[in-house]
Amino acid sequence: MNIKRKLATMTSAAVLALYASGALAADTTIEFIQWWEPEMPANALRGIMDDFEAANPGIKVNLVSGPYSATHDQIVVGAASGTLSDVVGLDGAWVNGLAKQGAIASMDSLMTDANYDQSQIADIVKVDGQSVMFPLASFVYPVFVNLDMAKANGVDTMPATRTEFMDAAKKMTHADKNEYGWVLPLSLQNPGGIQNDVMSWVWASGASMLKDGQPDLENAAVVGTLDYIKSLQDAGVISPGIFAKKEQDKVEEFVNGRVGMMVDSLAHINLIRERNPTLNFGISALPAVDGYDGKRGLPYASWGIGISNSSEHKAEAWKLVSYLMSPEVNGKLVSIANAFPGNVNAKPDFTKSDPLFAEAFKIYQSGKLANEFVGLPVAEDLMRALNVEVQKMFDGQQTSAEAAAAAQKAWLAAFAK
Amino acid sequence: MLSANQSLTGPRAKPRKSGFMSYKTQKRLVPLLYVAPAVFLFALLMLFPMLTVLRYSLMDGAIMKKDAIFVGLLNYITLFNDPVFWQSVVQTLYFTVMSVIFHLLIGLAFALLLNSNRINPVIRSLLRVLYILPWLFTAVIIAIIWRLLLDPNGVINSILMALHIVDYKVEWFSSTKTALHALTFANIWAGYPLYMVSLLAGLQGIPKDLYEAAGIDGAGEFQKFRYITIPQLKPIMVSIALLDFIWTMQVFPLVWMTTGGGPIYATEVLSTYTYKLAFSSYEFSQASASAIFILIMSMSVTYFYIKHQKAR
Repeated sequence: MNIKRKLATMTSAAVLALYASGALAADTTIEFIQWWEPEMPANALRGIMDDFEAANPGIKVNLVSGPYSATHDQIVVGAASGTLSDVVGLDGAWVNGLAKQGAIASMDSLMTDANYDQSQIADIVKVDGQSVMFPLASFVYPVFVNLDMAKANGVDTMPATRTEFMDAAKKMTHADKNEYGWVLPLSLQNPGGIQNDVMSWVWASGASMLKDGQPDLENAAVVGTLDYIKSLQDAGVISPGIFAKKEQDKVEEFVNGRVGMMVDSLAHINLIRERNPTLNFGISALPAVDGYDGKRGLPYASWGIGISNSSEHKAEAWKLVSYLMSPEVNGKLVSIANAFPGNVNAKPDFTKSDPLFAEAFKIYQSGKLANEFVGLPVAEDLMRALNVEVQKMFDGQQTSAEAAAAAQKAWLAAFAK
Repeated sequence: MLSANQSLTGPRAKPRKSGFMSYKTQKRLVPLLYVAPAVFLFALLMLFPMLTVLRYSLMDGAIMKKDAIFVGLLNYITLFNDPVFWQSVVQTLYFTVMSVIFHLLIGLAFALLLNSNRINPVIRSLLRVLYILPWLFTAVIIAIIWRLLLDPNGVINSILMALHIVDYKVEWFSSTKTALHALTFANIWAGYPLYMVSLLAGLQGIPKDLYEAAGIDGAGEFQKFRYITIPQLKPIMVSIALLDFIWTMQVFPLVWMTTGGGPIYATEVLSTYTYKLAFSSYEFSQASASAIFILIMSMSVTYFYIKHQKAR
């Protein structure tokens, strides 16, 4: 009996000891909200997280994944309620609002404490002088050209200037056969078309929509671009239904051979191949104004990363951010995602990717990344305001100069808030 | 014999007292305890969010500013000074009223058709399945269907052009002249089955004797419809129409997925206007003021609904 009691006591003590040691060595779990996991091959991001967990014992990562728009709404709500995940996937269009709200943390002190080499980061997005976002992977937007359609219509070279683009678009347009030279999505649901398909023409020619950090929409380059796009519409080379068209409609029309050219993300190459394996298409840099020989701005969208200000595990969160930004991991991630790296030392492996990625990488290296909406206050709202004015211009209600002036007024009001 | 004030068990027992509460008080509390869970849930899920939104609407920079201050009705004044807001109010009313009217007319027409004995029962069953289909689709699917159908290169334009009704590709959702009508049409298509099912149930509940008696009196089909069917269905029609008015006024996914409130502001309704204020401009205070405005509009209709229900 005594022995039994002793055994029971010892067992209890052992269980307690085990429990206590387990509690002491309990893992820290950090949450990572992003929209990337559904856009990558199955388990690709989870695999990278598993590698991170193996390299950092004691830290577990819980991925919170969803589509882009749902993630955006979730982040806005999380920021408002102080329940934002520890590590946050960011779009350049949201970053200013979240930083001003105090929802995302400055990473400056974390970098200093870790003695982090900032020169390896391709672009650090700052708001009020504070580093709040690293673009982890960038998706460049070149011009996609349906090569068969181009050849059939006597377009032998990729258009490099606006005049060449107009000529090519005219040649490829046969409205009676539902074939058009270009496609422009300006739906107000997601006003990203203004950034990717309209203002990208400004940046491609080395011009800007900002001056000293303030709106400068009435400059000759912006008004000239609006004029040019309007002239494409007047020439009837844009596929109809512009104001209700979304990005996925644009890609669909290109896939179906209904449009000859589109400005689109490299991320869609695999999608286009899957949807229409026989489509023969190529890519080129966005055409610039005639005579421009400077570096071409390449519009891009990025998967940005930042840390929540309300996180209780900022050190662990920083470990994950720096792990994903390291040359090896960053190179691996962008190779899987078919993007360009956020770390300048990363060497993406495009050997297993579509040959067009290698070609795109050359365009990327010869140009410069340009997206002036990144980091702007209420960037999505700014795009929507400009979108409305461009729509009015297309609808014949105002000229390009009036559209630029009206948008400038709206932007100044937004900047002043 | 026992007198009236005598009981079989002797003198009447005093009300028992259990703990600090008398039996009488406890008895009075019982009904309140029954409704307490519902009241608690109502307060938690309805009242609290509503009061929070109301509070936000009276603050400057709610959610976005840590030191948001009380500004009274300033957000409402800002809202009422925005012409786009009033445009969205007018368009919301047009969208709602047209939807309710056509839901009722189409729902009634199909219900009469499905209730008619002149149609073969097999065909009637088939039509019943066919007519109810729009009700089975989610708003996202409905939006995709109508975006495809009304695309400039879509089926509707092909048919209209083949029939020489139009001689160009109409940009239904992309033109300021047609977008609101096209959107309303899609919503009418999506919503009539509720009326159809309810009115069909109502029609099947009308006693046959009434029609027989009217027939003996020499009433024609139209007179029977006018003086028997409509009055018998009226309570159902009013109830559904009022509910539909409230629901349609708040429609968001269909508008958002088809036009996003555009082109320009041609299909901006209160729900999209409010959403943009909150999630695009991050003006949560003004969005709250707009939401309160929608609430008041809905409540004014709810008043008539409750009044109608009481009258029944």
